Order: sequence, then C-alpha cells, then structure tokens
Amino acid sequence: MKAFAALIDRLIYTRSRNSKLALIADYLTHTPDPDRGWAIAALTESLDFPAVKSAMVRTLLATRVDEELFRLSRHFVGDTAETAALLWPEKPIPFRGGVGVGSVGLAQGRETPPAATREQSSQVSLPSPEGEGEMSVARAVDALSAATRATAPAILASLLDRLDADGRYALLKLALGGMRVGVSARLAKQAFAQAFDVPVDDVEELWHAIPPPYAPLFAWGEGRAERPDLKDVAFFRPFMLAHPLEEATVDLADYAAEWKWDGIRVQIVHGGGETRIYSRGGEEISAAFPELVAAFDQDAVIDGELLVRGDAQGGEAASFNALQQRLGRKTVSKKMLAESPAFVRVYDLLAVDGNDLRPLPWTERRRQLEAFVPRLADSHFDLSQVIDAKDFDDLATRRAGARDAAIEGVMLKRRDAPYVAGRRAGLWYKWKRDPLTADCVMMYAQRGNGRRASFYSDYTFGCWSEDGELLPVGKAYSGFTDEELKWLDKFVRDNTLNRFGPVREVEKSLVLEVAFDSIHASKRHKSGIAMRFPRISRIRRDKPAEEADRIAALLAMVT
Amino acid sequence: MAKAKSWLEPHPHGLYVKPADLWIDPSRPVERAAVTHGHADHARSGHGAVFATPETLAIMALRYGVDVEASHNQAFAYGDGFERGGVRFSFHPAGHVLGSAQILMEYAGERIVITGDYKRRPDPTCAPFEVVPCDIFITEATFGLPVFRHPPTGHEIAKLIGAVRAEPDRCVLVGAYALGKAQRVMGELRAAGWDAPIYIHGAMEKMCALYAAHGVDLGELRLVSETDKAAMAGQIIVAPPSALNDRWSRRLPDPVTAMASGWMRVRQRARQRMVELPLVISDHADWDELTTTISEVNPKETWITHGSEDGLLRWCELHQRKARALHLVGRDLEEEA
Repeated sequence: MKAFAALIDRLIYTRSRNSKLALIADYLTHTPDPDRGWAIAALTESLDFPAVKSAMVRTLLATRVDEELFRLSRHFVGDTAETAALLWPEKPIPFRGGVGVGSVGLAQGRETPPAATREQSSQVSLPSPEGEGEMSVARAVDALSAATRATAPAILASLLDRLDADGRYALLKLALGGMRVGVSARLAKQAFAQAFDVPVDDVEELWHAIPPPYAPLFAWGEGRAERPDLKDVAFFRPFMLAHPLEEATVDLADYAAEWKWDGIRVQIVHGGGETRIYSRGGEEISAAFPELVAAFDQDAVIDGELLVRGDAQGGEAASFNALQQRLGRKTVSKKMLAESPAFVRVYDLLAVDGNDLRPLPWTERRRQLEAFVPRLADSHFDLSQVIDAKDFDDLATRRAGARDAAIEGVMLKRRDAPYVAGRRAGLWYKWKRDPLTADCVMMYAQRGNGRRASFYSDYTFGCWSEDGELLPVGKAYSGFTDEELKWLDKFVRDNTLNRFGPVREVEKSLVLEVAFDSIHASKRHKSGIAMRFPRISRIRRDKPAEEADRIAALLAMVT
Repeated sequence: MAKAKSWLEPHPHGLYVKPADLWIDPSRPVERAAVTHGHADHARSGHGAVFATPETLAIMALRYGVDVEASHNQAFAYGDGFERGGVRFSFHPAGHVLGSAQILMEYAGERIVITGDYKRRPDPTCAPFEVVPCDIFITEATFGLPVFRHPPTGHEIAKLIGAVRAEPDRCVLVGAYALGKAQRVMGELRAAGWDAPIYIHGAMEKMCALYAAHGVDLGELRLVSETDKAAMAGQIIVAPPSALNDRWSRRLPDPVTAMASGWMRVRQRARQRMVELPLVISDHADWDELTTTISEVNPKETWITHGSEDGLLRWCELHQRKARALHLVGRDLEEEA
C-alpha cells in the first residue's frame, strides 16, 4: 500500500501528462502482481465495493471522532475520504523528540515539555501495527470484497488502523472511488503501453476483455505469455474520434457528411454468445440498456449514437435532456423503459460475421453497413443517413437550418479512410452548431469541490420574467479562467445577501454571458426551460442587470 | 480579583487594555500598541508608541519604517516588561518567529496571557514557547481542526533534500513566507546537514541579514538575481509564495515548485496553489499543540482570537473548559501559516 499511496500522492501534484505517464509506467514495472493490477483498476475507477460507501465511512468515523469536529473538518477539507484519512486516530506520536532536526541554535538546552497526547487515543485501544507486514493492495481489495454491509465497518477499521495518513487516504480512495488524480482509462492504457513497450491499440482491445487485476495482460506485456486470445469475447474496439473543424472547408468529394447526433456514442459488440454495450471511455453500460442488449442478436460490432424517443418529437429522437434520465443506472424500471425507450442510430460497422472491417475504407464499410442494418430490429436500430449536400456551402446552409432536437452539428468523414483508433489528423471532423448565448444575472453561488473547495465556483443565474421577476434558468461551473474565477469568488464574497449552508445568495447585479448548446422545455424549473451544457462565456461587468435577457427570448430558442 | 471583562475589551480590530489605555496587536493605527511579533497582520505602521521585543522592533523598523531609536518606542527582552495604569505587562517567548512573544498582563490579582501566534516544535531560528500559567489564556487557532497534524519537521526537510537529489538537473523552488518561514526552512536545512549555498529571492535579503545580525546563522546565502541559471541546477531556492508562479521563476532551471506551509496538509489546498512538492512546515501550533498547550497552561478560561475557532471551541466544550471566540478581523491566515 505504501508504493500505491506514494503513487497517488505524486499523481495529485503532477500536472504534466508525460510526467503522469512516466510515474504510472514506473509503478507498473516495479510492482508485482496482483498489486499493480488492482492499483491500476482503482486509478481508473474500475473497482466497486458495494458494502463500502461514504455514508458508512462517516458513521464509522463517528465512533472514533466527535461528530461536530468531523463535520467542521469535512467542511474545510471538502472531501470525505481525505477528511477521514487525516482524522482517523492513530498511535500517539510525540511532537517533540525523535525528529533529529531542529533542536539546534536558540532551542538548545531548553527543557523538553511533556509529549503531547493524541486527542482520541485515550478513548480506544488500537491494535499495534508492530509485527504486521506491509499491507498489500491485494490484501485490502480481498478484505473489502469480502465485506458485507454488516462486516464492512469492522473490516475497514482494522485496515485503517494499520496504515499511516497517506496509506489511509489511498485505501479510502480505493474503496470509495473518486480518486481525482487526473488519470483516465486512456492514460492508464498508454502508461501500460509505455511501461512494456507494446502498441497502445492492442492494450485498448485487451483491457476490457480481461478483468482486474489483469494478470494475463501483464504476462503478455512482459513477454512471458502470448497475446490473450479474444476470439470468444465481446471485447471493446477503441473508438475512432474526430477533430473539431475550425475555419476550414473540406471538399465533399473526399468527405462524406452525416448529422452529428446529440446522444451518447456507443459500441455494441456481440461475441462469445453475449452482447455488451460500451460507452466512449470504454466503460461497459449494458446494464442500463437491457432492451438494446436483448435486441442485438447479430454476430457484429456496430458504432452508433444511443438516443431515446420522445413523445414531443412524435416518437423521434428526443433531446439529450431526455436521455440523461437513463444514464448511469445499474437497473432500469419498466416505467422508464416504456417512457424513454432507447434506440441506436448506427453509423459504422466494425465487424460482421467474424470479419474485421476496420481496415476497409469508409465507403466500403458504409456499403456493408447499409446491407447489414436491415438484419436488426427496426424498433431499436436505424441507419444514420448521409447528408446529400451539393457542396460545402450547401452543407453549411443545412447545418445552420437544422432544428431537430437531437442534432448537434455535422460529422465529416474521409471516404477513403479506414477505421483507426483515436484522433487522427484529417480523417474525421466534427462541426458543431454555433453555441447559443444569453445574458443572465448571477443569483446564487456555491463552493466547488476538490481543488475549488475554497472558491465559489458554481453559479446559478436567471433571466427576467414578464412580471420583472428574476427566475433561475441554469447553473454553470466552467468557461472561466483561473483569474476570472478569483474575481468571481471575490464578487460573491463581497456581495453576499444571504447564506444557506454552502450556498450564498448574491446581490443581483452581475451579468454573465452564458453559452449553451441548446435549450429545452422543462417542467422541473420554474422558468420552464433547461439549458444543455451551459458555461460562462463572458463576465459582463459593463452591462446593468436590468438589461439582461428576458425568459421570452430564451423560450424562442427552444428546440 | 478584578473581572477580566471589565479591564480587557475585545474589539474586532484588536484587544484594548482599558486601565493602561493600550492596544495589543491592533489592526489600525493607535496611540499605544504592544505588539507580539512582526507579521503584518499583528504589527502595523502608524502607531504612536510601540512596546515589543528588540527583535520585533527591529523587524518593524525594517518592514514598516518604525523608528526604533525614538524614545516613545520601547524594547523589552524576554522576561522583562513594564507597568502602566496599574497593569504589569511582560514578554515571554512564543516560538513563532524571531522575537515573537506572548504578552502576560497582571492586573488586580488576575493574570491574562495573549499568545499572538505560536508553536511548540523546536525552531532553530527562535526561542521556544514557554508555558506561562494564567487565569485567561488568549490563544490563536489557525490550525484549530483535528485534520491539522503537522508531521515531524525532519521528515519534510528530508523530503525536500530527497527531491533536489532525485533530479540534479532541476532545482527546487520553495515558497516560504519572507519573515520567519523562509529563515526557518534555511535553518532546518542547515541542521540537516545541507551545506551548499541557498539561493534566495531579492525580497528576502534584508530579513535574512537581520536574522544573522541577531545571531541566527543561516549559512551562505546567494541572490538568484546574481547567479547564472545553470549554476542553480541541483540547488535549493527560497522565495516568497507570490513568486512561485510568477515570471521571476523563469530564470530558474526547470524548478520543482514546493511550498512550506501548514495548509499543505490538505491535498486539495496544495493543488490549488499549483504546488508539486508540498512541505508541511508551519510556524503555527497544530491541533495537538493547541490542545496540549491549553491543557498545560490550564487556564480558568480560554479565549480564541482567530483561525478555526469553531473546532477549538468544540474541543474546549468536550473537555469542559470554558471558552469563547473573539472574532478579531484582519488576520491573514493564508500566507504565513
């Protein structure tokens, strides 16, 4: 656990991507199985211990530390795991003595006062860590996996008792998730490729076919074993990604144009007798969409956009807002299946009937895709149409005129390009619709989490109703620079009217220009509208609050 | 016995000792001020007369242009003091920075100690804190939450030296408050055997010289502005925190950014400061030091001036100690902790 704790600690303070890669690669090459596998699974949030949750940790802490002191500390630190790691009472360490450094010069010859007694140590008797070997990550994982709701507190307590503050932090982050060290699954795979000098695309494919702690993957990486055989596994193929199209035009003779749908990108894989749905990051999300798993019965791998049908759209694709209700679920109710049925708009075919189509050019894959889609149930799968534009100007006109709730822009795909992993220059472009903007007034602010725990960084803003009342229309916590954040934070502190726990109501005087991708009718908000992906685009210190936008202006933008 | 509340008045901008018509650490100019130590949130310019230790007066002269020679300003060594309006004032080491003092006030049979800022750990650059028995103990609480437990200073210094040695082509740039923390880091480095020159930001030069003039040996110091970039590879640089991500640091060879502060205990705080190497070194008492000190002083009542007073108040409540928070304003908790 020491090496893992040190790795996390270094990663937290390391900003450069290359340095992160180097740190992880170094850890992977110097740590034995299965610790390194569990560690990398923890870093990429691939572990889940259902019996260990933050509420349980808080309850456990309350048995050792005064609840009020915990609450005050949690408020200050901004993170439950870190608070618990710092607060967990340990064996007394006198604050003088044994340090070796410092007692020179003026301090010399003074009498040493009695050693401090740790605050809580008199209340509990802890097992001595002496004589225990270093606790491995694997041992912690085993213990946490075996925990039930009833046994989890005692198990976690005994693990915490045997670690120092850094080790406790690592353990709690491993147990609870929310590592926040800036390590995506993609970065971890790259670090693996770097550590063992193997192609990253191979790592991407193998990664999801092998469960943690990935022993066969490491054996292959170290050249001790053959590349694991994926013939009978529904494994993930790394997605081909697009660059944004910026102030350039392309020749439609070389590029095909399709609508860019505002859903979530998915890959559906059927292999080895099972069907799996992967999200863009390579996470498996099959459980959230059982109807699609059941409906996909062909030996194939498709790439497409997952959408839901909405009544307002006459059974056609609804906005992202509607889809959101179905994301991140481990089980789905019948009601939800009926109200927001999911379907996939298919735009690529990566494999069919045992043949890998990825090396083929887009035109050929498209031809096979058009032949393949009729084999799927049309209730759950349809074909994403190619936009038949005369030329680029015609395409631009159509993009500007697109009013479909589920259209986010246009995709441009090079006709002769194979399907390659990652984002390669010149092959695929995404050309989003221009964002919409509105001038809104800041109403409330809330402190952020993590790095922003001391900043008021989440803002609720509103627009004027017909009766001259300011109604909230959205909330944003991005789009500004660090300098602007400092300014906004100061504005909030200097203009606070009321405090409601972590929320401050501010003087309704600051106009924020808010950018958003689209706007939708919503019954949950008093204003009747909800923005998609709102962010602060400008601080309008020059504009009086009375001149901010009216709700009516926003209603006119609803799709 | 007089009741403290009748002769010592807490105001948002300082403590007023009524019979002596004198303020302690006032945050605005007053006729007469007794000052615990030289940090800007305790020592201000513009007072009529200042009463402080000789080191604190020297620091105030250097930083705020206070005239040390003027007869209305008076210096008192540790253990010494003066009497005014029936109140006996005396200065006792607080262990915070050079010259830092607790002020003991005795009036009509009642003893009150105000700590200013203090710590209990050894510090090679100043005299250690002394426990002064009293009826009312007025303490700081910068780190008045149990999450703040500073690790042994030696561990942090070893971490710093380890980081320099690990990457000899780079340097480590330590952000440390120019008065106190900077000299402490240098003193601790010397005590740990680091005998190479330490490179400093120009803003620290005079304060380091003042420390040396008061007998605190910091070894050989060189100015970054007078050194070639290449010569600083594998070396330790000390600068004020504001210089860490400033253009000034571009003259250094690929610096690893470190920061010496008690706030570094909280990871997300360290990240906010864009720090790569957090060093938990503080000149303020941590939770254990605060609570142990209250137990050792064992006052009838504890008053808390500034910091996380809620946490320390709660501890006092749990230990059935009478306590109150004074809510003093103008105390800068971020920079020098």
